[in-house]
Amino acid sequence: MSKIESINEFVIKFANVNGSGSASANQMFAKGVFRSGIPVSPKNIFPSNIQGLPTWFEVRVSEKGYLGRKDGIDIFVAMNPQSYYQDLQELNSGGYFIYDSSWERKFDREDVNVLGIPLVKLCLEFPNLKQRLLFKNLVYVGALSFMLGIDKEIYIKLIEEQFKGKEKLIAPNIRALEIGFEYAKENLEDACDIRVKKSNKTDGLILTSGNDAAGLGSVYGGATVCAWYPITPSTSMAESFTKYCEDLRIDPETGKNNFAIIQAEDELAAVGMAIGANWNGARAFTATSGPGISLMGEFIGLAYFSEVPLVIFNIQRGGPSTGMPTRTQQSDILACAFASHGDTKHVLLFPSDPKECFDFAVEAFDLADQLQTPVFFMSDLDLGMNDWSTPEFEWDDSRIINRGKVLNYEDLENMDTEYGRYNDVDGDGIPYRTYPGTHPSKGAYFNRGTSHDAFARYTEDGKIHAEVLLRLSKKYQTASKILPGPKFNQDKNTSSMGVIYFGSTDVSMQEALDSMTEEGIAIDAMRIRSFPFNLEVWEFIEDHDLLFIVEQNRDGQMRTLIMAEGGIIPDKLVSILCFDGQPITADFISTKIISHLSGKPEAALIGGTS
Amino acid sequence: MTYIVKPKNHHPNLERNELGLTRRDYEGAISTLCAGCGHDSISAAIIDACFQLSIPSYQVAKLSGIGCSSKAPAYFLNQSHGFNSVHGRMPSIATGANVANHELLYLGVSGDGDSASIGIGQFIHAARRQPNMIYIVENNGTYGLTKGQFSATNDLESKSKYGEDNLFPAIDLCGMAIQLGASFVARGFSGDKDQLVPLLKAAINHKGFCLLDIISPCVTFNNHNTSTKSYDHIREHNESVSRPDFVPLGKEITAEYSEGENIDVALHDGSILSLEKLSDDYNPLDKKSALENLIKSEKEGKVTTGLLYIDPNAKDLKETINMTDKPLNKLEDGDLCPGNKYISSLNDKLR
Repeated sequence: MSKIESINEFVIKFANVNGSGSASANQMFAKGVFRSGIPVSPKNIFPSNIQGLPTWFEVRVSEKGYLGRKDGIDIFVAMNPQSYYQDLQELNSGGYFIYDSSWERKFDREDVNVLGIPLVKLCLEFPNLKQRLLFKNLVYVGALSFMLGIDKEIYIKLIEEQFKGKEKLIAPNIRALEIGFEYAKENLEDACDIRVKKSNKTDGLILTSGNDAAGLGSVYGGATVCAWYPITPSTSMAESFTKYCEDLRIDPETGKNNFAIIQAEDELAAVGMAIGANWNGARAFTATSGPGISLMGEFIGLAYFSEVPLVIFNIQRGGPSTGMPTRTQQSDILACAFASHGDTKHVLLFPSDPKECFDFAVEAFDLADQLQTPVFFMSDLDLGMNDWSTPEFEWDDSRIINRGKVLNYEDLENMDTEYGRYNDVDGDGIPYRTYPGTHPSKGAYFNRGTSHDAFARYTEDGKIHAEVLLRLSKKYQTASKILPGPKFNQDKNTSSMGVIYFGSTDVSMQEALDSMTEEGIAIDAMRIRSFPFNLEVWEFIEDHDLLFIVEQNRDGQMRTLIMAEGGIIPDKLVSILCFDGQPITADFISTKIISHLSGKPEAALIGGTS
Repeated sequence: MTYIVKPKNHHPNLERNELGLTRRDYEGAISTLCAGCGHDSISAAIIDACFQLSIPSYQVAKLSGIGCSSKAPAYFLNQSHGFNSVHGRMPSIATGANVANHELLYLGVSGDGDSASIGIGQFIHAARRQPNMIYIVENNGTYGLTKGQFSATNDLESKSKYGEDNLFPAIDLCGMAIQLGASFVARGFSGDKDQLVPLLKAAINHKGFCLLDIISPCVTFNNHNTSTKSYDHIREHNESVSRPDFVPLGKEITAEYSEGENIDVALHDGSILSLEKLSDDYNPLDKKSALENLIKSEKEGKVTTGLLYIDPNAKDLKETINMTDKPLNKLEDGDLCPGNKYISSLNDKLR
């Protein structure tokens, strides 16, 4: 029987039962590899359910740093008999199928290595039933530690860290780990030819999720108000903000909070509170996902038209409708770019990894204040909820909060003309704000969603209404000059072909570009980081005859945006689309591009499997 | 609606308050509501209350939803910031504004369509969260701007101007608010300024969520003789539970009462709300009694007005969520940003 051989390049997948406590053991496995110096990308593939349904946890291990999802599993830790059949099919030929052989069974694939570990039997020494179930997970981590050659001491340290403060739990957890390690040593000595060898490729990297990073970034960005309504996959972003506020923003003298977090009654109220707080000069945000964006529509239009800063974290999931709440997509781009009725256009940011989630969260609050408009932070479930090996967070202590054009008491006192809230004094489309309560006799205005003149007074004069709409367009032009510009894969364009992508696709794109280069296909690449598009985006499009636009949605929403905004001819823009709810893979991208170039574009561009 | 600025010149001998301001300094733009609209009387009462208490207008934020009522904030306190939001969503704007800066006085103005129908969810949750604000419902039982449809506060037996029957029972916002935990619940009548002004003054000094459900007849669509929200009907059926008098902090109580007939409620800042009892079973400090009173008077076809319920010691939102005393919108970079030191230690933890 063939055995897959590899050092530091493989995919391992765990199949578990939801609610069985496997997630923390699986995380621990991944972290052990990371601490061995090899980048990992753990992904939790979970049902919209609390207990009982199948759940998977996939870890790609790659010393080369290719951390996008990859089809084909090298090692399957199959802990759920319900999904044995399906799991077995996903395994690569020569792969390893580890199962609980307390109940021995036959599996009908001859080309894989079935390795039994009697996990339940090994756990019988633990007196209580619940413990046995939980420790089973640690037993397979111990066995993997031996089989793959991961330093056991790393896991012992991880257990000690995890149960700090609950010391009683440390010894039995370590015991479970040892049981698995010893069993593998005695019974599975040469069973597996995949190895983890210590490296230094994680220097300068950390392991964290986009939602965690965005919550931290919101603290650093000076947000004080979070109003939110629970919705997968954005919940952990609000929870992250809460955690960091509790650590960092409680006044040590008074014990009182330098923040306000309100779990609202629905998304409408959540965004309303964020708007009310921003209007009043406190940086505020809401975190949500597609259904929440739909509900917030009317309020988003109000913030746009009355020019109230607002930050919305949209952690996208599989749509339309309730869709696939626990799967990933980039399918709210048009819904956010044009959210709400009437002529509206919004600022979008597309972070691509947790480090950029941190940076863009900070940036989003400055941009919202500078532009006095809603800013959408367009993350997704894969980026938001999964841990990524990402560059360390950085902070420059000289950075100060940029609150944009706000008039204080002195400004108003020294003003010799009448203050007009919507007066375009500087000609950049951005007027001056005042906070309520600033000055006894100057600066008051009526914020409204009804049509208004430069002094915020109600008007039904069509000419004035048209002027305000045109000024908002001008502001939008100003936005394109200050938003984060695109990132290029090359210093100078060398090909007549280009590929455009954004957000979490980045991690698979690098691998796809490398593999195409190996096959002799030269292609320039640009990662879009914001909307409205900067000049550099248009220059890149202008410079190429053929452009592939890689997206994780069905309709090529970014392509539509590019066509609509730039008047680009559709023939020039070829969509590469993955929309099955799984993160896009490098193989998918390169296969689609290559088949298009070879004159055999596949009719159906379905899914993430190539 | 157009925007008409009132002429600024006023009589030199107008009465001035402690800030040296006249009542006219508290006015707003000229109202574009129908002549005789109850809402204009409420605006006048707000102007009186703020003038008499010497409230600096710029320390007030006026918030509203959509509808005739929600236009009203343009017609008083023109030195205050205002926020005319979307239909039924004033409570969330007010809650957000409130946590951003708890030092301002928040005056929310809504209507019965705005609060009892499209915005009932936000109304409910504001009442239970208790942001420190005054929530005025200018209640006329009808949708005025869309020309006379029934609203959810219109009484079952009250026919429309065109003779249509109202098929569904009325929502009593006061009863709901008391059950939900609002700490100051009153019902007023736009035609009874003597009751309304002291109620407003007490609400201004109360800490927590104050509901003022003010019956405010719609002269155009709901003032006919088969309406239970007409001026005539309310005047005839109004049963005031108490005669309120508000005594600001440091002022001597001068109002005259028959002894043992009044209830004095000390508000959180030390000012006193003195209530002359007009009904034997009236006890505004007791939830049960307040609710029973409402149910009883509804059965008898009466419209109970006055302060229905008060809990002078209730926690407001700021206290409940343990917010700092410095307004969040005044926190500076140093208070907000933990800096590079924390980032370094966090990076170590995430390896």
